[in-house]
Formats: sequence, structure tokens, C-alpha cells
Amino acid sequence: MASTEEIRSGLADIVNEIAGVPAADVQLDKSFTDDLDIDSLSMVEVIVAAEEKFGVKIPDDEVKNLATVGDAVAFIERQGS
Amino acid sequence: MTATRTRVVITGLGATTPVGGDVATTWESFVAGRSGVRALTEDWAAELPVRIAARVAVEPDEMLPRVQARRLDRSGQFAVIAGKEAWSDAGLDREEVDGDRLGVVCASGIGGLTTLLSNYDVLLDSGPRRVSPLAIPMLMPNSPAAYVGLEFGARAGVHTPVSACASGAEALSYGLDMIRHGRADIVVAGGTEAVIHPLPLAAFANMMALSKRNDEPERASRPYDKGRDGFVLGEGAGMIVLESAEHAEARGARIYAELAGAGISADSHHIAQPDPSGAGAIKAMRNALDDGDLEPADIRHLNAHATSTPVGDIAEALAIRIALGDAAGNVAVTSTKSMTGHLLGGAGAVESIAVVLALYHRTAPPTINVDDLDDEIGLDIVCGESRPLGDGTLAALNNSFGFGGHNVALAFRSV
Repeated sequence: MASTEEIRSGLADIVNEIAGVPAADVQLDKSFTDDLDIDSLSMVEVIVAAEEKFGVKIPDDEVKNLATVGDAVAFIERQGS
Repeated sequence: MTATRTRVVITGLGATTPVGGDVATTWESFVAGRSGVRALTEDWAAELPVRIAARVAVEPDEMLPRVQARRLDRSGQFAVIAGKEAWSDAGLDREEVDGDRLGVVCASGIGGLTTLLSNYDVLLDSGPRRVSPLAIPMLMPNSPAAYVGLEFGARAGVHTPVSACASGAEALSYGLDMIRHGRADIVVAGGTEAVIHPLPLAAFANMMALSKRNDEPERASRPYDKGRDGFVLGEGAGMIVLESAEHAEARGARIYAELAGAGISADSHHIAQPDPSGAGAIKAMRNALDDGDLEPADIRHLNAHATSTPVGDIAEALAIRIALGDAAGNVAVTSTKSMTGHLLGGAGAVESIAVVLALYHRTAPPTINVDDLDDEIGLDIVCGESRPLGDGTLAALNNSFGFGGHNVALAFRSV
């Protein structure tokens, strides 16, 4: 199972690819919407890419709870464990 | 025609075409008579009856930021590239332009077809979860217009006329109306298309509409030549900044020409065949002259629809002879499609740019590949080499006709 840092780093690469945000800015305390300027469409792309990369399922109902990068990393960790 | 009607002028031009990644290169290629048609080397082309097309000279990912490019259909990429060039060419600044008085009209003949088809492939191969959430805002036909509008903050209205190969010209007509009716001071207007893909190539080929001169790509688009056998599918976009003359003069803008008038008609004859009597095309040209307060004798240049199909070129030539009467013999007629292929929804806009620059530089670009002029054309075709247009006030027409029987003629006047 990947470490918290490995998941954060992998997510940062995805966010960089999709939204052009520098990977170094994608830290656990950052809000996808307020800090990283990810709109709802890009967020869906991020989620689907994360599912593929980490081999997890992130239900649509769960996405609204993933406000920060840390929320997403924690959810992926729980799914993968 | 009322004496007080708002005059509409052209202050900015932008394009990405098979013969150039911008307006300057495109115009240079036009004057030099360079073809942008090439053999298709993709694996999928091998099975097709038509294996030639006119792709843009410069790929859009070389001209747009990566994140912006991936949110746009290829047709939207072209429109944004051309729109940005036109905006900058007009000397406009988003901080200074009143968005409430700024409109965008960007046409497409077919829309985001390659986005649709590639997402269908994803659906079949990987399931619905993988279909892009960006697919709809990319493939909707108004997507290029909407993205151009977002780019410049246009709030007076953003529109997308769809009339097949007349779409780009209809967009300019719509922009003209917006300014004349007082709904905007500036309208960024034009058209775009990006459908070089096996499905539309097969479909157009099965309509017997495309040239099959696969062994001589650069010689395949040959309007008015006896050996013409259909059009060549092209891609690209043209965008034009239309502006009320009062607004342009107040800010000291460079004015290329005046968009003097537009004429529109519909054939109501057949879904894909031109009316052999030319009635609809004649009406469109006469309407454009009336709307622009022009006489046939004022017209010195005409950029024809002429796609290089056996029937279409003759039908249009007859219509031009009837619409302009005796004056038709004094008009330098050309088809820049001989170089760009047919840009469908982008054609009317790119060809209007050719007309505007022909008036500005007083030079008519040539029709290339006319080795043996068809006797039935009966017009003064600018064959092979560009030609000076002379002094004084010049006026010119641009014709665009679309499947469905849509006819649009635009009249331009030098300033």
C-alpha cells in the first residue's frame, strides 16, 4: 500500500496534468476549489484519474466530502487498506 | 438603405489555416499560390477512397497553453487561436473594452465531431465512467463561440449560426446585424471546423463530393479546371473583428475595409444539390449589393464559393453572370479553396479575410491548378498568379453556400 506522501505526490501529478497547477502546490491542507482553482468538471477528471492510478472506487456521493487534498488522500488510503 | 445607418468596419483579422498558422503567413501563401493539401499518412487513411486533406499548417498545441488546449475540441482550439490573433491585431485590451458592448459570433458547420467520436470509443472500450466530463462543453457546436467569448469577456451576446458551409459567412452577417441594431460596438465573428477524421471523409466521399486525386494532393483542389472531381476537406478557422466605424475611429483603430452588406437566401430546392438555375445564389448576391448600397459595376473582385465540384462551380458561375449582368466580365474572380481545400464552417470566414486583404493590398490572390479552364465558367478567373486590383474605391463579394440550400453573400468596400 502506498504511503500518504506517495498518494499525495501521485494526486499532485494528476492535478498538474489536468489543471496545470504546479505539483508542489498540491499539499494536504489545500482546498481543490478555493486554493487550486479546480472547477467541478476538472474535479471529476481528477477523481476518475485517481481511481485508475490507485485502484480504488470513489463514489459520486463521496466527492462532495473531498474538499481538500488531505481529504482525498485519506479517502484513498482507507479504500486501499 | 438609410443615410444614418451604422457603418461597420473591419479592424482585426485572425486565422489558422492549411497554408499558414496566422493571417500574415496565410496571405503570403495565397499571393504565392501555395497549396495546403497533403496526403494523409495515418494508418486509418489506408482503407479510405479519399486519402488527402488540408490540415492546418501549425498544430494548435504549439500555439495554446496545454491546460487550455485539453479543455477545447480541436475546432475550439482553432477558434481561440484565430480569435486571439484578431483581438490583438485590432489593438484591443480586455481591461479597456466594455464587455457589455462586446459580442462573439463563431460558426461551425459540424461541431465537435472528433470529441464525440473519441468519447464514443472510450465508452465502448473502457465504460461510461471514463467518458470525459468535458465532452459536452467540448462537442456542443457553440463551444468555440463560448470559449472565445470567455477569452475576451463578451457579454453583449455569444452566438453560433449553423448552416453547413455557409456558417462562417452567416456569422459575419449576424455580427453585422448586432452592430447595426445597436446591440454591440465590437463583434469578434468568424467560423471554425476540424473534422478531418475517417467518418466524415467516408461520408463525404460516399456523397461523391470529394476529389479522389490521391496521387497529386497539391493539385486535387482545382476549381474551374475541366479536370476537377470534387472538393478537398480542409480544417481551420478565421476570426474577424467587426466594429462600428464610430467606435473604431474614436479609438484610432487601423481599418482594413468596410463590411458594406450581407445578402441571405435559401434555395428550397434539394438538401445537397445546388439549384441549377442559381436563383438562390443570385438573390443572395443581389441582396448583398442592395444592402451595401452597391451597383454591380462597383464590384471588382469576388472570392467564390467554388469548391472544385463539377456541378457546383458551374452553377455558381452562372449565378454570378446573372447577378452582376454585363459587369460580371470586369470582376476578378478567384477561389482560394484551390489552396486551402474546403474549411466547411470555417470557409466563409477565412475567405472573407482573403477578400478584406485583397482590398487592403489591392491584390487578388489566384486560383491555382487551372490548367484547362472549363468553357462553361464564362468569368474572368484569376488563374495561377495574383493580380493587381487597381486604384479608387474597390468593392468585392464573398460567396458561401451550404448543404441545405443556405446562401450567403457578403459585400466589402475598401476604405
